[in-house]
Amino acid sequence: MSNWIEVGAVDDIPVLGARVVKNGDVDIAVFRNSNNEVFAVTDSCPHKQGKLSQGIVHDKSVTCPLHNWKIDLTNGEALAPDEGCTGHYATKIESGKIFVEIK
Amino acid sequence: MKEKLVVIGNGMAGMRTVEELLEIAPDKYDITVFGAEPYGNYNRILLSPVLCGEKTIDEIMLNDDQWYEDNNITLHKGVKVTDVNRKACTVTADDGTTIDYDRLLISTGSDPFIIPVPGHDLPGVIGFRDIKDVDTMIETSKSKKRAVVIGGGLLGLEAANGLIKQGMDVTVIHLMDWLMERQMDDISGEMLKHSLEEQGMKFKMKASTTEILGDGKVEKIVFADGSEIETDLIVMAVGIRPNIELAKKIGLHCERGIVVNDTLQTYDPKIYAIGECIEHRGMVYGLVAPLFEMAKVCANHLAEYGIGIYEGTITSTKLKVTGIDLFSAGDFMGDETTEDIVVRDASRGVYKKIVIKDEKILGAVLYGDTIDGAWYFQLMREGTNISDIRDALMFGQGHLGDSGHGGNVVANMSDDAEICGCNGVSKGDVVKAITVKGLFTLEEVRAHTKASSSCGSCTGLVEQILESTLGGDYAAPEAKPICACTDHTHDYVREQIRKQKLTSISDVYKKLNWKNDDGCAACRMSVNYYVISTWPEESKDDYQSRFINERAHANIQKDGTYSVIPRMWGGMTTPKELRAIANVAEKFDLDTVHVTGGQRIGLYGVKKEELPLIWKDLNDEGLVSGHAYGKALRTVKTCVGKEWCRFGTQDSTGIGIKLEQLSWGSWMPHKFKMAASGCPRNCAEATIKDFGVVCVDSGYELHIGGNGGIAVRVTDLLTKVETEEEVLEYAAAFCQIYREEARYLERTAPWIERVGFTYVKESIVDDAAKRKELAERFKFSQEVTKSQDDPWTERSTKGVDAHEFVPLKVIG
Repeated sequence: MSNWIEVGAVDDIPVLGARVVKNGDVDIAVFRNSNNEVFAVTDSCPHKQGKLSQGIVHDKSVTCPLHNWKIDLTNGEALAPDEGCTGHYATKIESGKIFVEIK
Repeated sequence: MKEKLVVIGNGMAGMRTVEELLEIAPDKYDITVFGAEPYGNYNRILLSPVLCGEKTIDEIMLNDDQWYEDNNITLHKGVKVTDVNRKACTVTADDGTTIDYDRLLISTGSDPFIIPVPGHDLPGVIGFRDIKDVDTMIETSKSKKRAVVIGGGLLGLEAANGLIKQGMDVTVIHLMDWLMERQMDDISGEMLKHSLEEQGMKFKMKASTTEILGDGKVEKIVFADGSEIETDLIVMAVGIRPNIELAKKIGLHCERGIVVNDTLQTYDPKIYAIGECIEHRGMVYGLVAPLFEMAKVCANHLAEYGIGIYEGTITSTKLKVTGIDLFSAGDFMGDETTEDIVVRDASRGVYKKIVIKDEKILGAVLYGDTIDGAWYFQLMREGTNISDIRDALMFGQGHLGDSGHGGNVVANMSDDAEICGCNGVSKGDVVKAITVKGLFTLEEVRAHTKASSSCGSCTGLVEQILESTLGGDYAAPEAKPICACTDHTHDYVREQIRKQKLTSISDVYKKLNWKNDDGCAACRMSVNYYVISTWPEESKDDYQSRFINERAHANIQKDGTYSVIPRMWGGMTTPKELRAIANVAEKFDLDTVHVTGGQRIGLYGVKKEELPLIWKDLNDEGLVSGHAYGKALRTVKTCVGKEWCRFGTQDSTGIGIKLEQLSWGSWMPHKFKMAASGCPRNCAEATIKDFGVVCVDSGYELHIGGNGGIAVRVTDLLTKVETEEEVLEYAAAFCQIYREEARYLERTAPWIERVGFTYVKESIVDDAAKRKELAERFKFSQEVTKSQDDPWTERSTKGVDAHEFVPLKVIG
């Protein structure tokens, strides 16, 4: 059962920035890149659980603020040569609003 | 339709170029590669360890068949290109294949030079160049015992060493007076010979070969003096000859090698050439190191980015023979216009010679103790003026306190010795990554192992491991680009920002041809700093290019909470301030209250959402941000000075507060710490700060460039002044010259060592006009950027960056 939840407007997130959606105990980091694409991953780096929402966003990836791992925002995978994966959420934008799929 | 790129030569140079090209323009070309050897691409420089039995062929493969497949590269193995039709743009190979090209890359490498004496074509006479040669040597050693190596250079000695390891009795024949005459002087050459003799190697020096005799195979070698040696194998290692047969045949201009310009283009603009087969500015290179610089430039032009030129490479040498430690670089012989500094310690087997001209290092040769080779090489490449460190030069970089990895002798370390204390990486991890993954550069080692990627203090050690593992084939790049997003250096980027008046990151990326639109975390932070520090009035700080600590105005901790450290001016506080801090700690359940090293109080475990609330409470009692999170002025540490102390000579707390009021809020290349001590007892430890004041009865001593962190560095005494006004002017001028000229993330200590203390002193002390201008520019920057509007107040009460501190949404 998929469940699309509206979490806010695209403009609520700065370009090349991120905001956090609190889903119970889990923080979801929602990112906006320079092409106004929006991505969502679990706000926890696979390395040492750094908060990815606090990282620097570039292209379709984010650099974790703790130890500079780069995470691919399209699937939550660490970019080579690092290895690991954090949870990934599907997103869509409708009329300027962001929806995140919570399973 | 994709264009067609054909590469002739499947060696390291060609494939490195292809790798670089795939990185920046993966879809531009259909790529076809011809390789005469029946293997994939392997790391030729590790053939010595294969010969020694330390590695297998599989371990030195760089790109296997799968790699070519994954990257849609057509590889013709064991196929030799026989002709190129430059008019029709086609390549023909000896298996009958003929294909078209739009661009052609020639990387045919070099062949060992075989001395054309009678008998040179007998079976058993080989070079030392490829897997086949190594196979022949190993095979011969199984049934035969005697070998002769002609050539006492790098390659010859490595071959001889390998043959001894395979159980052979080896004599090295050398034409010159001493071994490795192109990398060593006579003294170190003699020491090397002595060490090798102890390992069982035999030598015949000043010997010229006249004839090789044998009936159907090698049996004997004869010399000009009439003497002869019986042998079963002769390895010729007397040099290499660029393989330019094909290039000549198709009419490309060749001298010793295929002549190329600074973009690695031959006289035919559709044809590029790279590696050992080329001649560039009159130089032919026989080491692998220059290939990497060439490959970068060549790939850039093949991708039609059109930036970057190859200007030649200064190479350094290391010999890959166990138990022998030697390093040489540059002009180590010197002449009547140069000076030498020499250390010679026969009982330790140590010899070091540095050749200096005009206070700059021209070259160095080190034997027995090569720890500082990388450092000398760096000083040499950067052209650093060494007059200030001349007296300590010979003792090396490590004579200063260096925390986290004492000792520093990489060669003697065991594999489990920790190299990178931040990330827990051992020497064995680094060596394994270099050999198994085929790494060549510091950046690659950082990416794969994390070694030296955090605090960076072990960078020198990692470079040493690269050197000792790869030998002479490792070369630190001449000038390092900021990151993989650009080929430009920090200094070049900043110069262009100034010259072209670039006032935003996007301007910089566009004008300087960045490889991607957004850059990465490393270059965005650097370029943002350069833009705002160069054009304080015209530019706008790019919030999203700040590290999280500078966005949130608090330090992120490992669990994602933050710390709050209010400013305590000159280390002074009041009961009211302490009460405010205590109240906040209790109100927000902050258990950890810590007295910092900079005379302040830190509160830890703060939830991000609560930061503005805490700041509001602290602001209400007059406390402001301590910038403990910023590349900025941190603290001004003081002692109580003459107001209380019986030894105090001046008002050290007073001058400390004034210094802090002058400079707080100013963004710097890195953190910046000051201190003011009331007397030469120096209780505030001013001589390990970026800017330190030591009060004396007659005035104030000003000290610069100290560091108490990674590598302890004691300040240099800048000058002595008489008044507080002068102290403040010099401080402002020093802050500004550091802000304008140091590279991002370069503390004052390494910056001063790089540019030379004399330069800084001349700029600030000797040139009063320049000092005043610098101080004015500092004050201007402080005013125009409103840097002293407390960032905490702006966020706690004025609504700045409100989105930073609240969740987008709370669900579930």
